[in-house]
Amino acid sequence: MIERTPILNIVTHLILFVGLLMLMVPLYLTFTAATLTMEQISQIPPRLLPGDQLFVNIAEAWTRSDFSQKFVNSFILATGVVTGKVILAAMTAFGIVFFNHRLRMPIFWLVFITLMLPLEVRIVPTYAVAANALTPFQAILDATGLSRLIAWISGVEVHLEWNLLNSYTGLILPLVATATGTFLYRQFFLTIPDELVEAAQMDGAGPVRFLIEHLVPLSRTNIAALATIMFVYSWNQYLWPLLVVTDPSYGVVAVELGHLVPNSNSTGGGDPQWHLAMAGTLIVMVPPVLVVIFMQRWFVRGLINTDK
Amino acid sequence: MRRAYFKNNWIAALMVAPQLLIIFVFFYWPTSQAIYWAFTLEQPWGGGNEWVGFENFRQLLTDSQYWDSVRVSVIYAIATTALAMGMALILALFADRQLTGYKFYRVGLIWPYAVAAPAVGLSFRFIFNPSAGLFSYINHLFPGLWDPIMNGSHALFMVIVAGAWKQIAYSFIFFLAALQSIPRSLTEACAMDGSGVLRRMWDLQLPLMAPTFFFLLVINITDSFTDSFGIVDTLTVGGPARATNLMVYKIYEDGFRGLDYSGAAAQSIILMLLVIALTFFQFRFVERRIHYS
Repeated sequence: MIERTPILNIVTHLILFVGLLMLMVPLYLTFTAATLTMEQISQIPPRLLPGDQLFVNIAEAWTRSDFSQKFVNSFILATGVVTGKVILAAMTAFGIVFFNHRLRMPIFWLVFITLMLPLEVRIVPTYAVAANALTPFQAILDATGLSRLIAWISGVEVHLEWNLLNSYTGLILPLVATATGTFLYRQFFLTIPDELVEAAQMDGAGPVRFLIEHLVPLSRTNIAALATIMFVYSWNQYLWPLLVVTDPSYGVVAVELGHLVPNSNSTGGGDPQWHLAMAGTLIVMVPPVLVVIFMQRWFVRGLINTDK
Repeated sequence: MRRAYFKNNWIAALMVAPQLLIIFVFFYWPTSQAIYWAFTLEQPWGGGNEWVGFENFRQLLTDSQYWDSVRVSVIYAIATTALAMGMALILALFADRQLTGYKFYRVGLIWPYAVAAPAVGLSFRFIFNPSAGLFSYINHLFPGLWDPIMNGSHALFMVIVAGAWKQIAYSFIFFLAALQSIPRSLTEACAMDGSGVLRRMWDLQLPLMAPTFFFLLVINITDSFTDSFGIVDTLTVGGPARATNLMVYKIYEDGFRGLDYSGAAAQSIILMLLVIALTFFQFRFVERRIHYS
C-alpha cells in the first residue's frame, strides 16, 4: 500500500527488530560461548563478545562425541525417512485416487487417523513392537489357532522374531508412515484432469507407467515441499532414536546433544563443559537451518499445504 | 467427480499395502496394546496379565503426582501458546507491511523452526544457567535471585520460554500466509475509505485471520502436549522435584525408568483422548463455524 506513514514505519521497524533480536539472542549467546574457553565463560562479568576458540572447540567437540559417525547416521536416518515418506505417500495416494474401489475412503481415513496420535503418546508400546516387529503377526497366528495348526502339521513351533533395536531399519521404519504426505499427494492428485488419465490409457499406459511417467514429474513441487519439511522433521527426531539406539555406532546427532552436558540432577557428572556443549549444539543446528533458509519457498509451501 | 479410473484393482492393493502394513505394525498394534495394558496389570514372576478394569485409571486419578503433572502441562500449554501466538501475530502483522528489509526479517523469523528441540533445550540451559554466563552475573549482583536448579517455578518459566521460542516461527509462517491471502482489493477499498494502517489491521486483517487463528490455537496446544519431550529432557529432566514433569515426560519416566507399563499405558490413553478431543474440536467446530469466504 502506498501511503506516507513515517512514524508508523519507524515503529514497524522497531517492533520487527525487537522480535528478531529475541529470536537471535539465544543463537548469539550459543555462538559466543562456542568461541570462548571454559575460563572465559565462567568469568564475571560475563564476556559478551566472541573469542577466537571456535574452531578449537568444534574440533574438540567433534572428536569427543564422535560426530563423524553420528552425522553419517543422522544423514542416513533423514534420507531414509524422507525417501520412504515421499514414495509411500505417493503410492498410497495413487492407490486411493486413481482406482475405483470401495475401500478408497476407509483406507484414506485409516491413514489419516494416525495424524491424531503422534509417536510420543504411544511411545511405550511402539518401543515394545520395535523389539520384535513381528509380534502383531505372531499374536494373530496364535489367536486364530493357525500357529497350533502349523505346529501340528509340520512339527515346527512358530516363533516369529525380527528385532529392530540398534539398526537403521528400526530408526527409519516407524517414522516412515505419513498421513500429512498422503494427504498432500491426494489433494494434488485430485486436481489431475480426467483427460490426462484417458489420454494415457489411450496410449496404452498402465497405472504404474502413468504414475512414473506422468504423475511423478507433475508433482515435482510437491515432492520438493514434502522433502524439505520431512528432512527437518527427521533430522530433529529425538525421542525415538534415544530409545531404539543403545549402541553408539548407530547414534544420531540430536541424541548426542543430550550427552554433551552431564545431568544436573544426577551426582558425579562434573562441571558442564559449556564451551564444547555449545560448539556441539551449533554444528547440530546447522544442516536443518540451512535447508530452511535456502529452501524457504518449498518449506513454507509444504508446511502450509499439509496444515502441519 | 473423477470418471477415468484404472481397472486393475490388484495394483491399487499393492500400492497401498506397504503404508497400511507399516501403520498396522507401528500405529494400530501399539495403540491396541496401550489399551490392553491400561486395563490389565502384569503379574509379578510372569504369568501373563490380569484384567483389572479401571483400576489403573483409578490409581492414576487419585495420585497427586499425576495431577501435578497435569497442572504443569496445562500451565505450559497455555503459556507457550499465548506467548508464541501473540508474538507471532504482532510480528506477522507488521512484517506483512513489506517495508524495506522484509525478506531479511522473514528469514530471521522463520529459521528457529528448524532447530531441534534438544538443541533449543541445551542452548537455553546454558543461557539460563545460574553458574555460568549471563545469569551468573545477575546472581552475582543479586545473590539467590535466579535458581532454576532448585526452584521449581524458575525451572518451569525456563521451559516455557524455550518452548515458546521454538513455536513462534511456526505460527508466524501461518499468520503471514493468511495475511498474504487477503485480496489486495479489500485492502485498497479500506484505504480509499480513509482507514489507516492500524485501523485496517484491527477491522480487516484480524477478523479475516480468525480461521488461521483458531487452527493455530489447536495445533499449538496439541503440540505443547506431545512435542515437549526434547526440551524437557535436555533442559530440566522433569525436575526439580518434578516441577517440570510434563505429561508426555511422565509417560516416558514411568514406562522406561519405572517399568510401570500399565501406569504408563493408562497415561498414554488419557493423553490420546485429550489429543483426539482437541483434533475433533478443531474439525467439528473451528473448521466449520468460523469460515469467511
